[in-house]
Amino acid sequence: MTALAVPKLGTLTPWKRRGIFLAIGLVLVVVAPAMLSGFRLALLGKYLCFAIIAIGIDLAWGYGGMLTIGHGLFFGMGGYCMGMLLKLQEAGPGKLPDFMVWSGVEKLPALWKPFGSPVFALSAAILVPMAVAAALGALIFRRRVRGAYLAILSQALAAAFAILLIGQQGVTGGTNGLTNVTTFMGYDLNDPVNQRSVYLLIAVCLGIMYLLARQIVESRYGRVLMAVRDREDRVRFLGYNPTTVKVIAFAISAGMAGLAGALFVPVVGIISPALVGIVPSIEMVIWVALGGRGTLVGAVLGALVVNYAKTTLSEAYPAGWLYLQGLLFVVVMAFAPKGVAGIAKVLKERFGGRKVPPQPVSHQPAEAAEPAT
Amino acid sequence: MSRGQLLLEIRGLDVTFDGFRAIQALDLDVLEGELRFLIGPNGAGKTTLIDAITGLVKPVAGTVNFATRNLLQRRDFEIVRLGVGRTFQKANVFEELTVIENLDLAACFRRSLPTLFRRRKDVLPEVLEALDTVGLASYGNRPAGVLSHGQKQWLEIGMLLVQDPMLLLLDEPVAGMSKAERTKTGELLQLIAETRTLMVIEHDMDFVRRFASRVTVLHEGRILCEGGVADVQSNPMVQEVYLGRAHDRRAHEDAAVGGA
Ligand SMILES: Nc1ncnc2c1ncn2[C@@H]1O[C@H](COP(=O)(O)OP(=O)(O)OP(=O)(O)O)[C@@H](O)[C@H]1O
Ligand SMILES: [Mg+2]
Repeated sequence: MTALAVPKLGTLTPWKRRGIFLAIGLVLVVVAPAMLSGFRLALLGKYLCFAIIAIGIDLAWGYGGMLTIGHGLFFGMGGYCMGMLLKLQEAGPGKLPDFMVWSGVEKLPALWKPFGSPVFALSAAILVPMAVAAALGALIFRRRVRGAYLAILSQALAAAFAILLIGQQGVTGGTNGLTNVTTFMGYDLNDPVNQRSVYLLIAVCLGIMYLLARQIVESRYGRVLMAVRDREDRVRFLGYNPTTVKVIAFAISAGMAGLAGALFVPVVGIISPALVGIVPSIEMVIWVALGGRGTLVGAVLGALVVNYAKTTLSEAYPAGWLYLQGLLFVVVMAFAPKGVAGIAKVLKERFGGRKVPPQPVSHQPAEAAEPAT
Repeated sequence: MSRGQLLLEIRGLDVTFDGFRAIQALDLDVLEGELRFLIGPNGAGKTTLIDAITGLVKPVAGTVNFATRNLLQRRDFEIVRLGVGRTFQKANVFEELTVIENLDLAACFRRSLPTLFRRRKDVLPEVLEALDTVGLASYGNRPAGVLSHGQKQWLEIGMLLVQDPMLLLLDEPVAGMSKAERTKTGELLQLIAETRTLMVIEHDMDFVRRFASRVTVLHEGRILCEGGVADVQSNPMVQEVYLGRAHDRRAHEDAAVGGA
């Protein structure tokens, strides 16, 4: 059974929904910075970046049926765009970033030059992933090959990107990536006040991305997107080009990952090939799968909870986490393909909340006058 | 374009499936404003013909001109945008969406991108009109899944109407309908034919007799004959095709040229 209808948050009215959104917003923006240590707040900031990625993946996969295992690529593009800007800002005008000096580079590589401009770097962090995603999508979605094709190709691209980064030591910092990012737009990132500002920026961006995604999935376009996901062949005969419909969602999804990458760098202080390859790309999908694809809240919660668990558990049992994550993924996909949000929905329908009054069904039985041909 | 002018012109159309010729060197003209019926035994190639016109299957030869544009160069959704709408043999509505949402989905492809990225707040005028025309006004906010089989077919027709096509191709719209529903559908088709052109695939000769202006009989991928209902029914070749088949296909007795 398909679930084309926009998943509703139970029986919440728009006002209740706004209330919950504001309450969570207050917790993230006011309570968390007041209660958490700088270290914990930075961790939470990192999770919020991941939540932005999860929203994007949910848009593409949950609502658009496009399973992408390559969002590390888009995340990385955003991260490196921001990283280049911050390393240049840190070095100061006319000077080279530290790692270039160490590896004996004497002139700023041409690729780096425009990234001294914040406007350029920030736009590129979002637009480059969008453009790459649009090109990839236009190539793949035109063919009627479904599913696995995108998964494999996007994964290959993420892997290729990581390898490319590692190979270009002088330009990208190689395996280490861009490290020791200590300033953001000229502000010292060791200052707790600035750390808090960066965190707040991330929280606000997450809120905006959530609202944007909500608007998209509830718009007419969102309906068409879900219709393409469920019945692409039918939608063609409604006059829509499924390729365009999918490319739009896929590009927006990639743009969100790019934004997340750009925000990740000032809060974590590093972007490296290990953060953008296949393994992180798979992890991103797992957050959404566990949280519940097809519900935005589920995707956000999935990213937060899984990463919190990862931090906590891998502090205690470093090796155990990988297995546990894999096990969780398999269990969820096998028994609750809609993730935790899906389970919650089922429980609510069964046990709690207001009962929806049964629809008066008018069944004029179709007296079959002749056998269907 | 005015009534009586040539709207759809098919010449030398050939469709093959793995060497099997489902449509063979077929010529067909449909005039503006016609309510054309397409009949023929099972496997005659009726659905395949519509598939070829709408870009679902690619013919190996021939031309399909629609209002002077060659459709064969175009993709399925482009053909819809040019003004050729179709339904499928099995009702194909979005059951989880309400009737209005189904119609809205069908109505929006001609609208601008900004409209698409807004939430649906009100009901578009063309949706309301279609809802009325197909007689589902009191079902607007019901999920399409609760509709009866006949109502789903009407919803399909409504979804076509909001697309505002010039030519509607309907694949067995009254199959499985009750007598009363058939009559209603026939009247609906006649109403639509006042402003648009229709080609309707149908098995039930009773229905064809009542509502067709012109009938085309298809057999083994070729046109067997074409003309008014009476001409077609009295044609010995048509009788041969239908009666010859009726022996080994009892299930279709009532679909065969009714009582002829
Ligand atoms: N995709 C396909 N692959 C192979 N053969 C096909 C395909 N589609 C149709 N055919 C064959 O082409 C012939 C014509 O089929 P078509 O569906 O057009 O018949 P029809 O006139 O619509 O019949 P019915 O009254 O049963 O709907 C049949 O012999 C059918 O088996
Ligand atoms: Mg057929």
